[in-house]
Amino acid sequence: MITILGAGVAGLCVATTLAERGLPVALVDSGPVHGGASWLAGGMIAPWVEGETAAPEVARLGANAADWWAARVPGVARRGSLVVAPDRDRAELDRFAARTSGHRRLEADGIAGLEGDLAGRFASGLFYAGEAHLDPRAALVALADGLRQRGVAIRSQTRLAPEQADIDCRGIAARADLPGLRAVRGEMLLLHCPGVTLTRPIRLLHPRFPVYVVPRGKGIYMIGATMLESDDPGPITLRSAMELMSAAFTLHPGFAEATILETASGLRPAFADNLPRIVRAGGRWHLNGLYRHGFLTAPALAAQLADQFARAEQEAAHAD
Amino acid sequence: MRLYDIDLPSRLLLGTAQYPSPQVLTAAIAASGAAVITVSLRREAARAAGAGSGFWSLLQASGARLLPNTAGCHTAREAVTTAQMAREVFGTSWIKLEVIGHADTLQPDPFALVEAARILCAEGFQVFPYTTEDLIVAERLLDAGCRVLMPWGAPIGSGQGLRHAEALVSLRRYLPQVPLIIDAGLGAPSQAARAMELGFDAVLLNTAVAKAGDPVAMAHAFGQAVAAGRIGYEAGLMPPRDMAVPSTPVLGLADLNLGGRP
Repeated sequence: MITILGAGVAGLCVATTLAERGLPVALVDSGPVHGGASWLAGGMIAPWVEGETAAPEVARLGANAADWWAARVPGVARRGSLVVAPDRDRAELDRFAARTSGHRRLEADGIAGLEGDLAGRFASGLFYAGEAHLDPRAALVALADGLRQRGVAIRSQTRLAPEQADIDCRGIAARADLPGLRAVRGEMLLLHCPGVTLTRPIRLLHPRFPVYVVPRGKGIYMIGATMLESDDPGPITLRSAMELMSAAFTLHPGFAEATILETASGLRPAFADNLPRIVRAGGRWHLNGLYRHGFLTAPALAAQLADQFARAEQEAAHAD
Repeated sequence: MRLYDIDLPSRLLLGTAQYPSPQVLTAAIAASGAAVITVSLRREAARAAGAGSGFWSLLQASGARLLPNTAGCHTAREAVTTAQMAREVFGTSWIKLEVIGHADTLQPDPFALVEAARILCAEGFQVFPYTTEDLIVAERLLDAGCRVLMPWGAPIGSGQGLRHAEALVSLRRYLPQVPLIIDAGLGAPSQAARAMELGFDAVLLNTAVAKAGDPVAMAHAFGQAVAAGRIGYEAGLMPPRDMAVPSTPVLGLADLNLGGRP
């Protein structure tokens, strides 16, 4: 039995990949059935947009992510994503365009054609047609259900000594075992706003952090996310909440009528280069450091880890 | 360069926000040669910035001296509290004092700035106030106990360079003995070089490096530009002239028309 620690997006993708290859797996998490950083994710499969700051490695890892998710979970929307900036921040949009690929420039009518509710609000934008988004919570639940259907045990609220696990996907909780792993705090809002209709992730360029609005269907929108070099797990601050809310309001004043369903904060695990790693430490495999790219990179990383795991098992068998 | 009795090998001060990753940031610090880096402290970070917390230990490992700032504070009281927390967290009494007066232009609030500077200087802080080119505000800050001033080049993050160069030059002339650091608004190495050529003691910048396509290369470029500008200033720049002045004599030119027309 292969024991995987951590039932976030990394652990669930690894468990799914191994189970699909016919290997016996068990998943253990110290927290509730669903929680942690993955539960708060934006759920954008945005390899091109993320390329603004992320190393090319992230886009490579994410190249087939949308296909992987679409084959396993419901509600993967392939509608692209849109980047806009207030007119006075047009220079910021030009900079973003120069730093990324996979987009085409839209003027006001092009934006209105994609998202009617944004008609007349922005003079210029960038459309990344190849990108996708999903509801991360629905996706995590679907992966867990799929595993259970295969007979995989998922034990939540269970403390297991990490040494007893074969694969460790605990995210920031594994920090003590992974030198260099740090926390990057993120805060988000979940709004209900049936008066505004947006059908794809919209990123509003913001001088301090990328603010995005991701539609979750039925008038629900996720607004995220702050990026703070902090390992404070405490609740969202008023400043962050205001910044996220004003970004939503700038995108569309109709968000003023939204009700706030949830505010939350979580800790993204990241290494110094903000790139994920598969490492062998403490007698087990670690997949960690997925930073803000969990849903984008976890499927490819899970496959890499499964390959390495199988190779190591084979070598161990030969050694016997 | 000497700031508050500390000798520094570089005249470039570098901000640490908005880099693609801490790894790029530390490489950029090294490439720039900056001896001082600014760090902003938010409350959630202050609560968590204990020993071993990743980002802070990376900054400390860079070897550069930390200059905590009060970025994002809008009142004197807020700035004073942030400065006090920063002293606890980073173990330095250096503080870049920033009191924002306008949320949109991020320009300093000179009244709250002077008020906060007075309180912090009295509490033993070595204050680096982010101010405008206004001479009277500069004098009030010096009265409050500041020994270094940081006039802006242009609004934060705007990349416009020295927007009021004449006013900055007269500030330089009026305060020849006070270390003056051009802080904010620089977008290109040439703008940093110009600030140095005008006789400013140092420059502080962040966005132009952090948001460059290659932040490490840009950090290197700014480091070179600052050094070049300073050497140029010390070497003594020629004054601009209205007319051309040939660099070689015009008299006594050889007659190349020999054997030409009769």
